[in-house]
Amino acid sequence: MDLNVLWFVLVTILFIGFFFLEGFDYGVGILLPFLGKNDTERRMIINSIGPFWDGNEVWMLTAGGAMFAAFPNWYATMFSGFYLALFLMLAALIVRGVAFEFRSKDPKPTWRKAWDWAIFGGSFIPALLWGVAITNLLQGLPIGVNMEYTGTFWTLLSPYTLVGGLTGLLFFILHGAIFLTLKIQGPLKERAHRVALKANGIAIPSLLLLVILSYFKTDLFTKMGAGLALIIAAITLISTYGLLRSGKFGLAFFTSGLNIVFATLAIFWGLFPRVMVSSLNPDWNLTIYNASSSPYTLKVMTIVALTLVPVVLAYQAWTYWVFRKRITGDQHLEY
Amino acid sequence: MNELILARWQFGITTVYHFLFVPLTLGLSILVAIMETIYVRTGNETYKKMAKFWGKLFLINFAMGVVTGIVQEFQFGMNWSEYSRFVGDIFGAPLAVEALAAFFLESTFIGLWIFGWDRLSKKLHAITIWLVAFATNLSAFWILTANSFMQNPVGYVLKNNRAEMTDFFALLSNPHVWYQFPHTVLSGFCTAAFFVMGISAYHLIRKNHPDFFTKSFKIALTFGIISVILVAGIGHAQGQYLTEAQPMKMAAAEALWESADPAPLALVAAIDQDNQTNTFSLEIPGLLSFLTYNQFKGEVLGIKEIQAQYEATYGPGNYIPPVAPVFWSFRLMVGAGILMILLAFYGLYAVKTGKLSSQTFYLKIMLLAIALPYLANISGWMVAEIGRQPWIVQGLMTVEAGISPNVSAGALLTTLVGFTLIYGVLAVVDLYLLGKYAKLGPEEVPWEKRIQPKGEVSLWT
Ligand code: HDD
Ligand code: HEM
Ligand code: HEM
Repeated sequence: MDLNVLWFVLVTILFIGFFFLEGFDYGVGILLPFLGKNDTERRMIINSIGPFWDGNEVWMLTAGGAMFAAFPNWYATMFSGFYLALFLMLAALIVRGVAFEFRSKDPKPTWRKAWDWAIFGGSFIPALLWGVAITNLLQGLPIGVNMEYTGTFWTLLSPYTLVGGLTGLLFFILHGAIFLTLKIQGPLKERAHRVALKANGIAIPSLLLLVILSYFKTDLFTKMGAGLALIIAAITLISTYGLLRSGKFGLAFFTSGLNIVFATLAIFWGLFPRVMVSSLNPDWNLTIYNASSSPYTLKVMTIVALTLVPVVLAYQAWTYWVFRKRITGDQHLEY
Repeated sequence: MNELILARWQFGITTVYHFLFVPLTLGLSILVAIMETIYVRTGNETYKKMAKFWGKLFLINFAMGVVTGIVQEFQFGMNWSEYSRFVGDIFGAPLAVEALAAFFLESTFIGLWIFGWDRLSKKLHAITIWLVAFATNLSAFWILTANSFMQNPVGYVLKNNRAEMTDFFALLSNPHVWYQFPHTVLSGFCTAAFFVMGISAYHLIRKNHPDFFTKSFKIALTFGIISVILVAGIGHAQGQYLTEAQPMKMAAAEALWESADPAPLALVAAIDQDNQTNTFSLEIPGLLSFLTYNQFKGEVLGIKEIQAQYEATYGPGNYIPPVAPVFWSFRLMVGAGILMILLAFYGLYAVKTGKLSSQTFYLKIMLLAIALPYLANISGWMVAEIGRQPWIVQGLMTVEAGISPNVSAGALLTTLVGFTLIYGVLAVVDLYLLGKYAKLGPEEVPWEKRIQPKGEVSLWT
């Protein structure tokens, strides 16, 4: 395996880690105003992701950094091409990030309401946009001979990518709702359970639609592995529903996680060895070779990544262990 | 051209804004860690309260630093795609390492610190804030390594129409970063020290919790006096280094149009960029030579001569940065630094003679002096970045060549207005909260009372 392939794998892993982890905290953020019926409940919901969300978000930052370091042309084409969409996402993430910190710093009901909505919107927008973004990579975009994106914001929105966005959104809501059933006690847990079932119910047809559209709009199924991954994603999604019905929340969280993992894997596998498909001319595709850094840089970065990633995984796992207890309404919630 | 101006404004605004929060984080994380360590060592509850009180202000600021940093991570691709393609091979590496080594550490352990007061042992809890402090300062190192490459490119070769890395360790041992990093980190320490002293002064004037705030003041003073002396010392050395590495920048910082031996130092000057001269200046003879060579003689190159050299090296063009902003920013930074040194020493005298709490006038000044490090930080970056113009990477690529060719002026204007609006609103909210909690003081109000809203917060019921 050459280093270009290895870095494609690493970037894929970073995106998978990001969608798996931040997936549930986007979901929790989206559900916040709907599930929390009073201030204490809302605070409990926020605290369920309080210690984790920033660490999860760094998976995205690292994915961005890794793209820059290993595939500068991918970084440059994608982020200048997705310009306005990315701005929307950044705006959402800015508001969301401060909302977690600022929300409880003032008791005025309007203040809290405003920040709760900021958390909602700040989670909803990126949860939707990421699905749109990665399905766009696969479907193909008007990329010219010099690797410049020549479309507009509206080019990014097509039936296929919108279904991609919607499916991602539903996955995250489902994942977040199951996370809440694991972290929270009391009536909130029941509500989260019901929402999870609903989200799961809609996610299944949405994923099926995505599978069908992928068949017509992309070349994903020409690759055995990618097709297989997509089918596994569908199976895990359906089994999540069964597990939720029988109240096996731990397992359901696991399968819903696998669903996200395999769905992401399918898209990136479908892409490989391209990183962005040009709809104008296959020769203008960005690939792991024409978009990459020099072999020397890849080597340096490989050494750095292989030493640091295990350490990061270890301490992040430890954090989840420290905060493994369920959150109840009568404990100290403010810090 | 239009796009260029918009893109520069956007980069300038978002980066300066990010850097409003960064320095306080760099220093205050350490101060809070020190306070909590004293608490763990002595068991004295005052220090726990101290860590919590300053910690709360730290967190409000930290949140702003984090969210504005996210924008930074993607900006290069958004607005400077040609630049990203050209230097990505080198520039991307420190950015990725920063995320892997520093951001993960900082973001994970800040969560543990905030929510871990009753889940971790006292010692472990203190360790988490030390790790946060370490990580934030580590992140500064990596991002400054990237910036230093733009100021003084090293360890690269021009190949395949771009700069490719040939030596990672050359990047790390870039002399530029070994001035810039300590200078910037120490400027962060000064920022935190003056922040803590200023807010303590506010309460000492009002005689709120005199013991608590005198102790806070003293810790910050010790930290600050060391930092401010070092920051000035390193800044001086940095200036000497830059006279060789980026002579144009330093000549602009001194508004020195003609080479001179011995060179005078202009205290103030009326700068006429178009005619390449100063219409008026107040000078101290020989002082610039002295600052540069530690003796009152020695030639310092002027802007015009450097321009001629650059034309010979890089071809015809205008290599002169906007002189007046660089000149005045430099004076603002150094002036603020000198004032801070004086204020710190007076503080030391007041503390040693036990008169701190009765020095109302001094305390009032200290409250206002919170602004000084912020002024110095911003103007320092103005010197560094505007002084580098027209280069985006010194000697290799101009700013003009670095911009994204496919982002329209309309799109740029939309995001420029968007960021400015969001940042503007957040600035107001942030100041409101900082003010509110700074004034509140260290009282421990039982949380049930403090946070419960009077009316029910509910959106759907
Ligand atoms: C990693 C690179 C990097 C880093 C760490 C910084 N900058 Fe920078 N800066 C640039 C890379 C850069 C740049 C990409 O090279 C710009 C964009 C346009 C330009 O002229 O240079 C720039 C421009 C730029 C400008 C506008 C200058 C002009 O257009 O004339 C200002 C005011 C700053 N920066 C200020 C800052 C501040 C306050 C920073 C502290 C965080 C900072 N920069 C860090
Ligand atoms: C333009 C280049 C820069 C980029 C791309 C950048 C990127 C970022 C990002 C993504 C974060 C958020 C991390 C998180 O989620 O926890 C952040 C925070 C931070 N950055 Fe920057 N940054 C830049 C400039 C700087 C500079 C010049 C410094 C210091 C000298 C600095 C120091 C910090 C620190 C200390 C934090 C921690 C949070 C805080 O600011 O309060 N950054 N930065
Ligand atoms: C008092 C004497 C000081 C001197 C002689 C001095 C010197 C310098 C010089 C020459 C630069 C330009 C570096 C470059 O272009 O790469 C610089 C930058 C800077 N200065 Fe200062 N400085 C002083 C005080 C301060 C103080 C008190 C602060 C803040 C509290 C500060 C904050 C900064 C910052 C943030 C930068 C930009 C980062 C960098 O390039 O290092 N400086 N300083």
